[in-house]
Formats: sequence, structure tokens, C-alpha cells
Amino acid sequence: MSLSFFSGLPFFLCLTAVLALAFLLGILEKPLRWYSLAATLFFVAAIFWQTPIQFFYLVSFCALELILLKGYLSLRKLYGRRERCYCGALLVSLLPLLLSKCGEVSTVSFFSFLGVSYLTFKSLQMVIEIYDGVITEFSAVEFVGFLLFFPSLSSGPIDRSRRFHQDWSKTCSRSEYLQLCGDGLWKLLLGLVYKLVLASAFYRAVEFFGESSAWYAIPGYAYAYGFYMFFDFAGYSLMAVGASYFLGVRTPDNFRAPFISRDIKEFWDRWHITLSHWFRDFLFSRFIMKCSRKKWFKTRLQRACAGFLVNMTVMGMWHGLTPSYLIYGIYHGLLLAAAEGFQKKSKFYKKYKNTRWYQVLSWFLTLQLVMFGFLIFSGKFWELICG
Amino acid sequence: MRETILDILEEICEDSVVRRELDLDLFAADLMDSLGFAELLVSIEDQLGIVIAPSEVEREDVSTPNKILALVESRS
Repeated sequence: MSLSFFSGLPFFLCLTAVLALAFLLGILEKPLRWYSLAATLFFVAAIFWQTPIQFFYLVSFCALELILLKGYLSLRKLYGRRERCYCGALLVSLLPLLLSKCGEVSTVSFFSFLGVSYLTFKSLQMVIEIYDGVITEFSAVEFVGFLLFFPSLSSGPIDRSRRFHQDWSKTCSRSEYLQLCGDGLWKLLLGLVYKLVLASAFYRAVEFFGESSAWYAIPGYAYAYGFYMFFDFAGYSLMAVGASYFLGVRTPDNFRAPFISRDIKEFWDRWHITLSHWFRDFLFSRFIMKCSRKKWFKTRLQRACAGFLVNMTVMGMWHGLTPSYLIYGIYHGLLLAAAEGFQKKSKFYKKYKNTRWYQVLSWFLTLQLVMFGFLIFSGKFWELICG
Repeated sequence: MRETILDILEEICEDSVVRRELDLDLFAADLMDSLGFAELLVSIEDQLGIVIAPSEVEREDVSTPNKILALVESRS
């Protein structure tokens, strides 16, 4: 019997049993933290023991990040904000991810295990918030419960440690918990429909257009792939969020109807939200603050454009070190920069932005740009260029 | 201090309406975005010596001039 997160009957049977027991504890108004930690350890053991090397990397990763965070926290308390110390901690925290990324472009590979990129976000944000002085203490056990929290371990949504802490340290009243489980059940079922029915249907379409050589094959492929990506990933995220609710954890939502966005900035506020907000808070904002302090770039607009480009290029690299992902990142960086320039400088935009026709036009254009982005992301664009 | 914060806000939002309508939602009115917010934090730190981290506050907690004033005043 092989287990993997949110797919296959064995997983869902286990999940049902685990969540049913959680529900029983929850309605009895018992705290769920120890139970959720035990459930997490159970799933981690059951899923990772099938690949012992990944299990070894996961445990080493956890230990490394825990030692790093505890160590950095003590240094931060002793010496305050020291740039050099901070950069060192950032580097060590990123090291496993960097090593696993190296494996994508060379034969040397360490730390390649399921979830490494998502877990890195969780610990990296803690290094940054320790530097900021926002995190002044944390418990090692809670950290393990947060880092490995099984619903979001392999593909997010990316939670924040301080937000997780609120749920971890709180016991819901019965009515509050019932409400939460009601919402959770809805999300779980909707996620199942998204993933098993809609994503599978669009996958058929992706295959169909992939083999076709008609004139409409490429736009058809882009659209089919875009919708497939959405239903597959949003479905997964919904199930992860739904399962979290049963464990008393309000994992944040990842998607909010992205295809109704009227501009590309709005799209990134609706698509893979926890990732784009992570990048906004921990990369974009800090890059802009640095530029503004050091007086890099002459105007605000230049600063913003540089910020968007850096932000999205790094996001592309995070997806993977392949030409397609890099172009995808740069493409979205350029789109955001262009949108920023247009919205800040264009008199046309300021005059018509609230009219109906402008909004419909802008929505339509945004959708085409987004779908073209998926064509790049899918690898098809690179294939076409390379002939 | 109140004046300093309002000066900063006026400069970043490029509109003096932020002085008159203290309960205006700056994000909804397109006067503030992630860029402006990052610049606001830098100016508050440089001019008032109060450090606020970008990930520390939710957008809803700093969406109006009044909320920003209250936040900075609570830190001083």
C-alpha cells in the first residue's frame, strides 16, 4: 500500500479516520494541538518511510532549522540587529533548498525531499521575523508541529508561525469548532470535486490540444493548461485548508477566483495568494525599503519596476531552474512593471479606469496575458521556440 | 508626531486628502499599495525612530490614516 498526500484511496481513508477522531475531541472542547502533532508525525512516518533517503533529509532539515532558529534567536537577543549575523542565518536556512535546487541542474543533489521548498518558506520567515524583533520566543515542539503540519507539508498553503501560534495555543468553544468544521467539510468536498472531476477533465483537454496541430491548438493548450493548473492546485489547497480546520488550524486560503482579475496586480492577489504575499512581505517590501534607504534608482517608478522584476524572477527560480520557469518569472515581472508604469503615469488610465468598458477590456486583456503565462509555465512555449 | 506622520502620508500618497479624510481606505482609493507601504515604513523609522516590520501588520490594520496614526502612536 503506498500513501501520498491528498491522492489515492488509502490516504483518504486514513484522513477520514484521523479527522473523525479530531472531530470527536473538538466537540468535547479538548485542545487539539497534541493530537494534530501526533497526526502529523503519523502521516510523515507513513508517507516518508517509503523513501528512506527523503525521510533522512526531512529529519535533518528539521533538526538543522530548529538549531539554527534557536541559535539565531539567542544571538539576536545578545547582540541586537547585526547585518552579518542575519545574513549568515538567512544563508544557512536557505542552504538545504539551494542544495536541492543544484540537483536540478547537476548530478550533485542533497536535500531533495517532498516539500523542501514549502518548508523553507516557513523557517526562512521565522529567521526574518526574529531579526525584525517580531518573534522573541518560540517552543521547539510547536515549531515541529508548525513546520511539518501535514495538510500543508507538501504543497502549501504557506502559513505564518505567529498566525499558527494563535490556533495552536487556543481551544475552540463547541459552537466555534462546529462552524469551523462545517466550513472545512465544504472546502474538502469542493477541493475533491476540483481535483478529481474538473482538473481531470481539463487534463484530457491538455492532452487533446497537445497532440493536435490545428491553428487553435496553441491557444487551446494554454487555456486548457491554465484551467487544469487552477483546478488541480486550488483543489489541493482547498483540501489542505479544509483538513486543517478539523484540526483547529485556520490555514489561509490560496486562491480567490483568479480569472476574474482586472489587472495583473489583482491576479497576484488572487492566485497562489500565500506564496505571493510571502514574497511581498519578505522580499518585495524589503527590497523597496533597502532601495529607498540607499537612494538606489532615481524615481519611485524605477524602484517599483526593479522590485517587481527581482521579486518575480526569484519566484520563477523557486519554481525550478529551467528556462521555462525563469522566463515565466521574468515575464510576470515585466507585466507587473508595465502595469505599474501605466497605472501611475497614464492620463488615459486615470480618466477611464472606472468605466464599464475599460474594466471589461482590461479583464479580457489580463486573462490573455495570464493564459500566455501558463503556456510559458507548461514548458510548451520553450518547446515551440526551440522548434 | 501626528504632523510628521501626516506629512509622510501626504508625500507618499501624493494627495492632501489624507489630511482631511482620516478614515479613508487608502488601499481601496488607490492611494497606497505595497510600494507606498514599504516607503511609509522607511520614513517612519528614519524620521521617528520607530521600527515596524512589513510582515508585522495586516493590511486591514493600516488601511486608513487614523489606523496608521494609532499604530505609530502605540509604538512610541
